[in-house]
Amino acid sequence: MKLITAVVKPHRLDEVKTALQDLGVNGMTVTEASGYGRQHGHTEVYRGAEYRVDLVPKIRVEVLVEDADAEPVLDAVVRAARTGKIGDGKVWAVPVETAVRVRTGERGPEAL
Amino acid sequence: MTPVTLASAGLDTGDTAWLLAATALVLLMTPGLALFYGGMVRTKSVLNMLMMSFVSIALVTVVWLVAGYSLAFGDDTFAGLIGGLGHVGMVGIGPDDLTGSVPTLLFTTFQLTFAILTAALISGAIADRMKFAAWLVFVPVWTLLVYVPVAHWVWGPGGWIVDALGALDFAGGLVVEITCGASGLALALVIGPRIGFKKDAMRPHNLPMVMLGAGLLWFGWLGFNGGSALGANGLAAASVLNTLVAGCTGLLGWLFVEQRRDGHPTTFGAASGVVAGLVAITPACGTVGVLGATVVGLVAGVVCSYAVAWKFRLDYDDSLDVVGVHFVGGVVGTLLIGLFATSAMTGGAEGLLYGGGAGQLARQAVAVLAVAAYTFLVTYGIGKVIDRTMGVRASEEEELTGLDQTVHAESAYDHGGLGHAAAQAPGQSVLRLQDRSTAP
Repeated sequence: MKLITAVVKPHRLDEVKTALQDLGVNGMTVTEASGYGRQHGHTEVYRGAEYRVDLVPKIRVEVLVEDADAEPVLDAVVRAARTGKIGDGKVWAVPVETAVRVRTGERGPEAL
Repeated sequence: MTPVTLASAGLDTGDTAWLLAATALVLLMTPGLALFYGGMVRTKSVLNMLMMSFVSIALVTVVWLVAGYSLAFGDDTFAGLIGGLGHVGMVGIGPDDLTGSVPTLLFTTFQLTFAILTAALISGAIADRMKFAAWLVFVPVWTLLVYVPVAHWVWGPGGWIVDALGALDFAGGLVVEITCGASGLALALVIGPRIGFKKDAMRPHNLPMVMLGAGLLWFGWLGFNGGSALGANGLAAASVLNTLVAGCTGLLGWLFVEQRRDGHPTTFGAASGVVAGLVAITPACGTVGVLGATVVGLVAGVVCSYAVAWKFRLDYDDSLDVVGVHFVGGVVGTLLIGLFATSAMTGGAEGLLYGGGAGQLARQAVAVLAVAAYTFLVTYGIGKVIDRTMGVRASEEEELTGLDQTVHAESAYDHGGLGHAAAQAPGQSVLRLQDRSTAP
């Protein structure tokens, strides 16, 4: 199994969610996050005083998938989240030893 | 504002109706100011900011009715410097007594709303870090020692600025704007800068709240200036129109500077520009024509937008720019009377551009210097005395945690349940509360 984590722009969440649902991904966890990458945030101006805002709002989407589904899911997320502008985010996959469905106690792929 | 005398002329219902409405309008300015200031501070101290305005309504009302009105608008007792104690506790004034053509009780209520707003305005200079208890002491003392004497000088019967000097201040450039601005500077110097000043980002936490507050201020300001005619007449109409146009050109002037200097016309700049224009037209709205008001607002918008940067260069932390907006705007408006005053409005005095020579400008300048110097020195003294007795500044821990939690035991916003314990009434468990709510 793999844990796919995507950090994307908040306004791309609906597209990412739809793309994952279209692939048959059964569930996901979405959290509000903040961070920055190469663009290092933006500048805001209040009564002439400039403030550098480094940590900008992001959305983190996490899904657990079977190994074979990892690549299609990564591709789908990248396609759905991409605007072509700086700050589009990152997606990565890490191996997961096991997963347990809390309600039934099922383990491994059965728990997804 | 015309000098006030207890006149025997008959009551005018039109004048009275307008002044009743104007009084309500001006009272709304203080809650409006609370929102304006409240949006500008950080989340952790917004309630404290709101409270400083609201508590000013209560404190100043009591002080005003006990002694403030009598000392400001009672008969002069000493060389135009202070009124008498003949009406302490509003003794001797009943529903049938008149000031001009309106009941004296209404006139004093109208004036009271000015005193309330002026005290509340000062709180912007010491946002986020003043002991609430010290504020509760400062406001009544300041009202009696600063606001009341200056109000007497400028508007009271026999006041030296209006009578001996002949300077003009229709609705409060000297009495309201310059006093709150100079006091804000004095108190900011006594209390010192916020922790992290010039290092940490201290962004306004809610700009829609700032815009709502500015809107309410603008709305109330029509009563502030229009009501200062003390009658439902052409002068009130002219003042209302001048107030509207100066707010507009103040907004445009501030945005023009922002676009050129920073590359962005901001909502905060728009709200600030409106207030700068309104501040500047306050002394002048009953003495200049519409063209004069247009210029007064525009100049204030431009000048004040540059002035707010002073605190970073001169190293004083006037947190919400009481000096940059109210003091500077008040000075701009009071001095421009010397250029734009027209006899069509004043019935006599004329400014430089209307053929009146430089005399009025000089009188205005003397009044500005006198009021600013007196206000600064006395406020600084009050601040120092409070500081040495009860302390004027919240502790470092209170300031860092935020005054909302440490002083008021509240927080403005619920950011979710994480870290919050369940509700519990004193001496009762949550379970018992639930049991009681579901008991048959």
